[in-house]
Amino acid sequence: MSRVGIIGIGHGVFGRRSDATVQELAFEAFRAAMEDAGIERGTIDASVIAAVPEYHKQRSVAGVVQEYLGLNPAPTWLTEVACASGSAAIRTAWMSIKAGVHDVVAVIGCQKMTELETAEILALMGRVGEVQWESNFGTTFPAYYAMFAKRHMHEFGTTREQLLQVAVKNHFYGAKNPMALFRKEITLEKALASEDVASPFQVYDCCANADGAACVILATEDKAKAMSAKPVWLDGMACATASMSVLRRPHLVGLPSAEKAGADAYAMAGVKPDDIDVADVHDCFTIAEIMAYEDLGFCKKGEGGPFVSDRQSYIGGKVAVNVDGGLKAKGHPIGATGVSMTYEIAKQLRGEAGDRQVPDATVGLTHNVGGIGQYCFVQVLRRD
Amino acid sequence: MFQWFGKVSFVPYTKVSEFARHLKDGRLTGSRCKKCGDTSFPPRADCGACMSGDFELVERNGKATLHTFTEIVAAPTGFEDVAPYTVGVADLDEGGRILAWIGDTISKDEIEIGMKLQVVPRIFEEVEEIKVYYSLEKPGTTWGVAPPPS
Repeated sequence: MSRVGIIGIGHGVFGRRSDATVQELAFEAFRAAMEDAGIERGTIDASVIAAVPEYHKQRSVAGVVQEYLGLNPAPTWLTEVACASGSAAIRTAWMSIKAGVHDVVAVIGCQKMTELETAEILALMGRVGEVQWESNFGTTFPAYYAMFAKRHMHEFGTTREQLLQVAVKNHFYGAKNPMALFRKEITLEKALASEDVASPFQVYDCCANADGAACVILATEDKAKAMSAKPVWLDGMACATASMSVLRRPHLVGLPSAEKAGADAYAMAGVKPDDIDVADVHDCFTIAEIMAYEDLGFCKKGEGGPFVSDRQSYIGGKVAVNVDGGLKAKGHPIGATGVSMTYEIAKQLRGEAGDRQVPDATVGLTHNVGGIGQYCFVQVLRRD
Repeated sequence: MFQWFGKVSFVPYTKVSEFARHLKDGRLTGSRCKKCGDTSFPPRADCGACMSGDFELVERNGKATLHTFTEIVAAPTGFEDVAPYTVGVADLDEGGRILAWIGDTISKDEIEIGMKLQVVPRIFEEVEEIKVYYSLEKPGTTWGVAPPPS
């Protein structure tokens, strides 16, 4: 089986980007990836755009992005699976290359979330759950993960401090990432003093909406070897789903979609959890990162709390997790997030991550979750 | 009449809309497949086991155990006036799970995972239109039940 390689990566600054439209954000990441790859636009056979449509005033955003990037008349299409849209875009680009349809494909994840009024955000927030049987009781995005956290605390004795250690770690590394929304370290005391959101969560348990874009350029094995001195290979590409409704899940202390996608990605790449040097996981809430450690086999079920408080997910621990700041400190422009994860892992495997570099990283992983776990995409990446 | 169900209704039309009428009359119902007998809560029109579309709504006893909960402080549109409120997910004795508010028979400091509960049909009485829901209450909590439709 031939491989698919990453030949270029680019990333814009995440934050409240009131200076730019969504296509301008996309261009920042695209230009950086093109310069990184050292190619011209005529080399790009197609693009895949990841964005969640309901946040944009512009309908069908792929069209305006494709035009602004100067890629017409090359094909483009949009992928949407909530917060996992970025990884879904990479997956469809990878599929199109594996199928022999295209040789070089640009994937651009872009999202402008701050165009909406607060009232519109609050209305959207009230419809993240299953709307027939759950949203009519006023559930919110944090509320679902808060309920996962409560159950995890009940079953395994996970503590508030352990949950917030995830935020402390991710802010520690976010301070070292020039692309991050929050570039400041925080203390546990500060996190514990923040406002209540949905018990047990406070503000510092939650990631923040942001604007931003990231881009990766993929190519066939032959072209990647010819065009890049340091290709990073997408060797494990898996995707799985779980019920939309929490009323139909086998358990609420992890994401069944992540367990399945993780196992499938490891099998496809021929690696084990112990082989992973660096990972970007979907820490939309503190409990989400703890469940990810467990779902991906970095530790046993129920041991995710001690895993972070024992610093096993710091650089120098068992596996370095979210050393770009994660969603928590980097910000979460939902369409861009999955692409940003792949960007970070490629950067780590190329040894170019600067202050946050994991020494001698050779195998990396991304874990990108949509919604409350309806969708999960796991990638295993490797350098030669 | 499914728009009766919930403080805010996002789903006015469904094949299981009779659920809301039963709830108004004081009955909690789930679905049962007429072909294979598989039951579901929440109810569904199309059998998840055998794919048959032939179903009936059958009464549930509403006995449940609290699986998890959260007190929501930051409320979405349409729920600001009732915040903070506590939402629980409970395992039903007769199978399936339910998500609902924890009602006023249970005080905040009494709430704990594993506690026994009774699902109670409710009507919002302060609004003119028909608005029904259910809440999670202490076992033994009673409510008025209308006679079955003739």
